[in-house]
Amino acid sequence: MASLVSALRSARSAVSVVVRRELHGTPRASMQVTVRDALNQAMDEELERDERVFLLGEEVAQYDGAYKVSRGLWKKYGDKRIIDTPITEMGFAGIAVGAAMAGLRPICEFMTFNFSMQAIDQVINSAAKTYYMSAGLQPVPVVFRGPNGASAGVAAQHSQCFAAWYAHCPGLKVVSPWNSEDAKGLLKSAIRDDNPVVFLENELMYGVPFEMSEEALSKDFLIPIGKAKIERQGNHITLVSHSRYVSHCLDAAAILAKEGVECEVINLRTIRPMDVETIETSVMKTNHLVTVEGGWPQFGIGAEICARIMEGTAFNYLDAPVTRVTGVDIPMPYAKILEDHSLPQIKDIIFTVKKTLNI
Amino acid sequence: MRKMLTIISGALRGAAARNGAQAVSEGTRVVVSSRTYADFTPQATFDIKKCDLHRLEEGPPQQALLTREEGLSYYRTMQTVRRMELKADQLYKQKIIRGFCHLYDGQEACAVGIETGINRTDHLITAYRAHGYTLTRGGTVREIMAELTGRRGGIAKGKGGSMHMYTKNFYGGNGIVGAQVPLGAGVALACKYQGRNELCVTLYGDGAANQGQIFETYNMAALWKLPCIFICENNKYGMGTSVERAAASTDYYKRGDFIPGIRVDGMDVLCVREATKFAAEHCRAGKGPILMELQTYRYHGHSMSDPGVSYRTREEIQEVRSKSDPISMLKERMLSTNMASVDELKEIDVEVRKEIEDAAQFATTDPEPPLEELCNHIFYNDPPIEVRGTNPWSKLKSVS
Repeated sequence: MASLVSALRSARSAVSVVVRRELHGTPRASMQVTVRDALNQAMDEELERDERVFLLGEEVAQYDGAYKVSRGLWKKYGDKRIIDTPITEMGFAGIAVGAAMAGLRPICEFMTFNFSMQAIDQVINSAAKTYYMSAGLQPVPVVFRGPNGASAGVAAQHSQCFAAWYAHCPGLKVVSPWNSEDAKGLLKSAIRDDNPVVFLENELMYGVPFEMSEEALSKDFLIPIGKAKIERQGNHITLVSHSRYVSHCLDAAAILAKEGVECEVINLRTIRPMDVETIETSVMKTNHLVTVEGGWPQFGIGAEICARIMEGTAFNYLDAPVTRVTGVDIPMPYAKILEDHSLPQIKDIIFTVKKTLNI
Repeated sequence: MRKMLTIISGALRGAAARNGAQAVSEGTRVVVSSRTYADFTPQATFDIKKCDLHRLEEGPPQQALLTREEGLSYYRTMQTVRRMELKADQLYKQKIIRGFCHLYDGQEACAVGIETGINRTDHLITAYRAHGYTLTRGGTVREIMAELTGRRGGIAKGKGGSMHMYTKNFYGGNGIVGAQVPLGAGVALACKYQGRNELCVTLYGDGAANQGQIFETYNMAALWKLPCIFICENNKYGMGTSVERAAASTDYYKRGDFIPGIRVDGMDVLCVREATKFAAEHCRAGKGPILMELQTYRYHGHSMSDPGVSYRTREEIQEVRSKSDPISMLKERMLSTNMASVDELKEIDVEVRKEIEDAAQFATTDPEPPLEELCNHIFYNDPPIEVRGTNPWSKLKSVS
């Protein structure tokens, strides 16, 4: 396993060099794939590869998925493997966990993670804790996936980010992909993982196309859970983010670069277990850290990063306190102007970077 | 065990040739009994209570055949559960067992009857009153008691405790009321998916029976025809709340609505067995889920912190003990039909007592789990990880 991971890592760094070169010219072996299609590919490949994998959730089969992520799968795999459920989250999440205990590998879709609150007992008490409580007798290889965080105009009950909630709990792995490559590689890894994985997608990213290399398009492309990725190198300040806000960070970095500020942008990819080492190494180089997330500030991802940096070796390298850019500490409003001002914008990131660098 | 086989083989021999009793050698004879094996009835048929039916044209048979062998086995197992639970009571009062301890004495006929109605390759899941099921599903008294006392020899290495014990095809032991029901349906889904003609027995109590997730599960199980036997162990009280105060309808066997149901005398191990066999046949025939309500009774309070007499009278408890005790009922049946002797059953009692004593001895002397185990078993099949201790300098190791 370790050798596969390191082989992938070296292959990937080789590929990323190639891709960067290609972006300046005309892409050949790689192609543009939306996050939605990448997720679809991942599930299709894993369903094909392993008989025990199946998908259940509301509208996943005949409707092709509420957000069309599972398009075509029911047609290809049928009723046995792609199961439409009634609107009973607690029930079907429990059924997914029970099926995992008895030897299958279910993918349980929550139409959005807001609805997972109805089923959260099954995720935490039945899935996450069981391997420990049974002292290793009962593994639970289940994936809970679906869109997380804010969408557009769906207001308070449909816009919450659950990253911090799930990442709080031992026994769970919590993954938050950003682009298509992340989506595909991480979902495949999550499905192959023998443990409960909470896979936080983002609805606003579903339709966004990204370059995917030939390697990323292959059937055995995996991204290891627990490893962050440096999306952009820089020397002056480190920006750490996950999911959609990686885009915001890269956009902010591009603008700041024109002013001579070089940001290093880290895409967490996995929230739990968090790759603190990558953050620390970066901070030891840049001496400044800003975290960016869509979720609320209190007890959130950024709060955890601050605590970990304080407790580790990187603290001594900080030239300024770590700052967090987060969603506003309110339930999500509906009106567009209010909604826009409830979430981090690129200008907020730029403002915070400059404050941190005292420029 | 040898003695048991000797008794059985003797009985069979005796049954085959009445006059052959004299041919049995001295060495194989049960020491205590002065009667020979030829005297014992090899099997008998008993009338059992008719089950109330819901959406069923016919129910389980009203007669049950019991062989001597079976009777002795059921007796032994029920007695083992009984004595194990009573020993747990003792250890709890001595503070050697701590935390939650929900005892099963009084309900033995349910666990034993169910197990005899299904195959070992079938699956079972229950709630927290789980010690009896852990035993009938293959756990040993030793490892159950050591789990209660939190020792390394416990069935979950001391990490689970009373409510989290597991064996093959037994999914615990679940602490959240009602959560085990969707899990059980999930196991049943896996059975159907994998096409192995297995089923899942999914148990819950009268208290849990009002949980929303159970109705969600009834719906999906019926919709997808899952091979799931839902069993409500109605012991008349959900903690301190009687069924009349908790449920608008106490006909728990009907609460599955579109799911056929049977109401069963849960104090009669034969009644439970026949009903379970009936239910299992229903599931294996692909007819989908079925619901059984077992009317039973717990002698102890809800848990060890509940004396159990503030919401019910001592007279009520005593009445059940004297009139409906499952072990007494079986004993009377066997004695009245001459399927066993008083001394023979007494000997089983002695053996069971010894087994429990040995187990208790083990459970109180086995060391606690080593601290190195603290962080293990977070993830399965993963390389070792580091786990944060109580302070940032405390870096603990976790292996799968």
